[in-house]
Amino acid sequence: MSDNAISNESSIQERSTLSWLDDKLQQSWKFLLLLIPYAWLLIFFLAPFILVLKVSMAEPAYARPPYTPLWEWAEDGYLTITLIFENFSYLWEDELYYETYLNSVVIAFNSTIMCLLIGYPIAYGIVRSSTSVRNILLLLIILPFWTSFLLRVYAWMGILGQGGELNDILIFLGILDEPHQFLYTQFAVYVGIVYSYLPFMILPLYASLEKLDMTLNEAAADLGAKPITTFLTVTLPLSIPGIVAGSMLVFIPATGEYVIPDLLGGGNVAMIGRQLFNEFGANKDWPVASAVAIALLILLVVPMMIYQHYQAKETEAA
Amino acid sequence: MPLDTKIEDRPWLDSSIEPFIKIQNVTKKFGAFTAVDRIDLNVYQGELFSLLGGSGCGKTTLLRMLAGFEEVTSGHIFIDGQDMAGIPPYERPVNMMFQSYALFPHMTVEKNVAYGLKRDGVPKLEIASRVTEILDMVELGQFASRKPHQLSGGQRQRVALARALVKKPKLLLLDEPLGALDKRLREQTQFELMDLQEQLGITFMVVTHDQEEAMTLSTRIAVMDQGDIIQIGTPTEIYEYPESRFTAGFIGNVNMFEGRVTNNSADHVTVQGTDGTEFYIDHGQNVKEGQKVWVAVRPEKLVINKDAVAAGPNQLLGTVDDIGYMGNHSIYRVKLASGRIVQTTAQNIVRPKDAEWAVDWDDKVTLTWEPSATVLLTK
Repeated sequence: MSDNAISNESSIQERSTLSWLDDKLQQSWKFLLLLIPYAWLLIFFLAPFILVLKVSMAEPAYARPPYTPLWEWAEDGYLTITLIFENFSYLWEDELYYETYLNSVVIAFNSTIMCLLIGYPIAYGIVRSSTSVRNILLLLIILPFWTSFLLRVYAWMGILGQGGELNDILIFLGILDEPHQFLYTQFAVYVGIVYSYLPFMILPLYASLEKLDMTLNEAAADLGAKPITTFLTVTLPLSIPGIVAGSMLVFIPATGEYVIPDLLGGGNVAMIGRQLFNEFGANKDWPVASAVAIALLILLVVPMMIYQHYQAKETEAA
Repeated sequence: MPLDTKIEDRPWLDSSIEPFIKIQNVTKKFGAFTAVDRIDLNVYQGELFSLLGGSGCGKTTLLRMLAGFEEVTSGHIFIDGQDMAGIPPYERPVNMMFQSYALFPHMTVEKNVAYGLKRDGVPKLEIASRVTEILDMVELGQFASRKPHQLSGGQRQRVALARALVKKPKLLLLDEPLGALDKRLREQTQFELMDLQEQLGITFMVVTHDQEEAMTLSTRIAVMDQGDIIQIGTPTEIYEYPESRFTAGFIGNVNMFEGRVTNNSADHVTVQGTDGTEFYIDHGQNVKEGQKVWVAVRPEKLVINKDAVAAGPNQLLGTVDDIGYMGNHSIYRVKLASGRIVQTTAQNIVRPKDAEWAVDWDDKVTLTWEPSATVLLTK
């Protein structure tokens, strides 16, 4: 016993010298590791944001770049800073923007609900299938990402168009007598958004459902719960983190979506992404476009905070 | 066989009593693998019955078939006279305590326990009073509003128990109920479980791989191996009167000797071991002379003699090879002339003088035992 105690002591001493060095090394490593994400955020998020914010408070000008500078050195050597908030008040006053924002949020919200209703059973089915089948199904979910997003939207234009497959099938089935205008409608935009963003709903749902302990379902059944009750009282509440994550991953990008409303909605569906593009491109009004972007960001801060809240809560629970 | 308890405590001996659980010729196959192979088993009202066996022996599958999580491939299960074929888990008069406890992580202790009662449509006031009552019974009254992750392992175990018991099932199934607890807590909980079972009069069916747990808890034990029941009996029967080498070896330690029957009389059998040892068994048994048999002697039945003993049967000569001092008793490993090691234990009844024990390393000793302590096994 006493021999052991002595050798233990000496080894503790050795270890403490080593661990001091180790700690120092680890600290610098930790610092480096922490630096990378912060640097990333600084360079690729904060800096561009400040640039856009700067532009949003300028005035359009026939110049290159097409807006007035924020600060100028006057001839007498004074620094003049001109901040113009007119762009923001313009957004507020013009009904067009207000309606476009609202329309974007409504379309994104409805698309999110549809993705959830379609995605939940799919995610649940994947979780419940055998391991070998599961990997194939997951691959099928991710497979569309292997082709360009733009290409897939173009494919939908073909399907939904006047002479497209959808009309062909509906006429063949006798549901329609003559081709119906699907393309360039709100319907087409919904089809495009739900189709494109469904994987973003399914994957977090899958991750959340996959973690669920199947014996909980057995325990519920054992205590007298029918399958539907088990789902409502056990599975559904425990998959809320997945539902929130999936919904945010669909809602946030869908709100600012540009390609889908532009290609599938034509000029008929007003969404903020298209409006943004119009201001930048057609109107060459960079300051207003920047203001539109900033306003969109502020609009999306709320759902992002909800998302963050649930993420934090989940990490805490785990 | 000694019958020191009254017949009403041993319903399996009374053929007029109808078994509470009847398992008849039940087989369960998973693909080509047979998990449970043509099992027949009767369990009586109020029993605390254990299914004991190593992993993969089919004990958990049998329990899950009783709960309704697995369908029987063939055969029948009756619980309280009712055929369980095609009855889903949520309609069975059975509750289960899961090995992992399977507590709902998003519900408080109170909600967890109330879950089963809510499903049965019990009035709210009654639910509240029954939940309080059962939580007090398992001494968790003050933890009612905690979530499972805020509880210790032992507390979770009691919540799981309370949740299964609150519905007053006819049969409680327990899958390794004490498996996740540390040794001290396990011992304490064993006795709590027995008290609770006695108090409520519910039939308990326990699955365990821990032979000590099975021995202390059970009225009867079924020893299982590879989907079969090897032996059913009271803990005493299983330990003192094993019917096979498997049971003898699985429960407790045993010294096993191979030999052939030399004399088969009505009141005794003698066996000559392959190493020449003479064994004397003081009861008749259905064996033939010359038949290959095994003789089993439990370590604690062996007596260590330092002084010479008059020659006779049931004697082994050897030297003390190793001593394991356990405080209350010591384990001696004695090496025989043939080189094989025989294990024996002795209570340390006297305190040694100057830390010198009567039996020490390398002592020449003779091991003897009573003829009645010798078990003759044919399989």
